[in-house]
Amino acid sequence: MYPSLTRYSGDLFAGLDALQRELDQAFGLRSWPSSIRAANRGAFPSLNVGRTQDAVEIYAFAPGIDPAKLEVSVDRGLLTISGERVADLPQASDKVNVYAVERFDGSFRRVISLPEDVDASRVDAKYRDGILRISVPKLEKSKPRRIDVAVA
Amino acid sequence: MDMSNTPTKTAEAPAIVPAVDVFENENGITLKADLPGVSKEGLNLRVEGDQLAIEGRVTLGEAAGLEPVYAEVRVAQYRRSFTLSRDLDTEKIEASMKNGVLTLHIPKAEQAKPRRIPVSVS
Repeated sequence: MYPSLTRYSGDLFAGLDALQRELDQAFGLRSWPSSIRAANRGAFPSLNVGRTQDAVEIYAFAPGIDPAKLEVSVDRGLLTISGERVADLPQASDKVNVYAVERFDGSFRRVISLPEDVDASRVDAKYRDGILRISVPKLEKSKPRRIDVAVA
Repeated sequence: MDMSNTPTKTAEAPAIVPAVDVFENENGITLKADLPGVSKEGLNLRVEGDQLAIEGRVTLGEAAGLEPVYAEVRVAQYRRSFTLSRDLDTEKIEASMKNGVLTLHIPKAEQAKPRRIPVSVS
C-alpha cells in the first residue's frame, strides 16, 4: 500500500480497533457515525480513497466475492458499491464443529459522494486479490495544466 | 543525548488481525481468512512447533502520486497466529488463495481420526 496511507498507523490503534470490534460484537454496540454517510465501524467492505492528478481512486477491500455479483453504480455524484457475499460455512452438526465465525456474510452496500470535478461517465472498476479498485477520472478542464507565456 | 544505548524496539510492526472462520469435521480443520489485497506471493505461512502463523502483505497496485483522502484500512500488513493441537498433521497443510481469501485445510493425523473400537465379548 502507499506509504502515505500507512503513515497514520500505529500498533496501538490496530490493537484498539480489533478490541473495539470484538466489544461491539459482544455487546451489540455501535459507535456514532461522524459524517452523514459514514458507515459503522467494521462496515463491509472497508474503503480507502485517494486522489491523483488525473483521477479519484477508490479501493474497496471486498475479499471472496464473485466479481459478477459486484455492482458499481453512479447516480448524481453518488457512487454505490453493492453486492452479496455468500457464507460458505457448513452447518454445525454432530460431525462438524464451528469454532469461529468472524467473516462477514450477507448483502452489503456502501455509498461515497464523489467530488464535483470528476467525469462520472468514465468510471473504471477492476477486481483483483479481493480488492475492488474504482478509478474515476477528473474532468479534462479541472486537471492541472501548464499555461504557456507568450512573448509580446 | 546519546541514544546509542537505548534498547532497540523489538515489538512487531503493526498489522491487521484478519477475520477468520474456523470449522472442524472428521477429516481435519478448515480455516478461512479474509486477506484482501494479498497475492499468492505476498502470503507467508509458517508452522513453528505448535504455532501456525499467517502473514500477508497488501499490494494495492496503486496509481503513482496518490494522495490519501480517506482511509479505513491504514496498515498494509495482516498477521494472526493460532496454536495447533497435536492431533493435527502439520506436514500436510493445504493452502489456497482466491479473491483475497485464504483457505487452509489442516488434516488430522491418521491416529487421531475417529475409529470404531471393537468391543470383544469375553
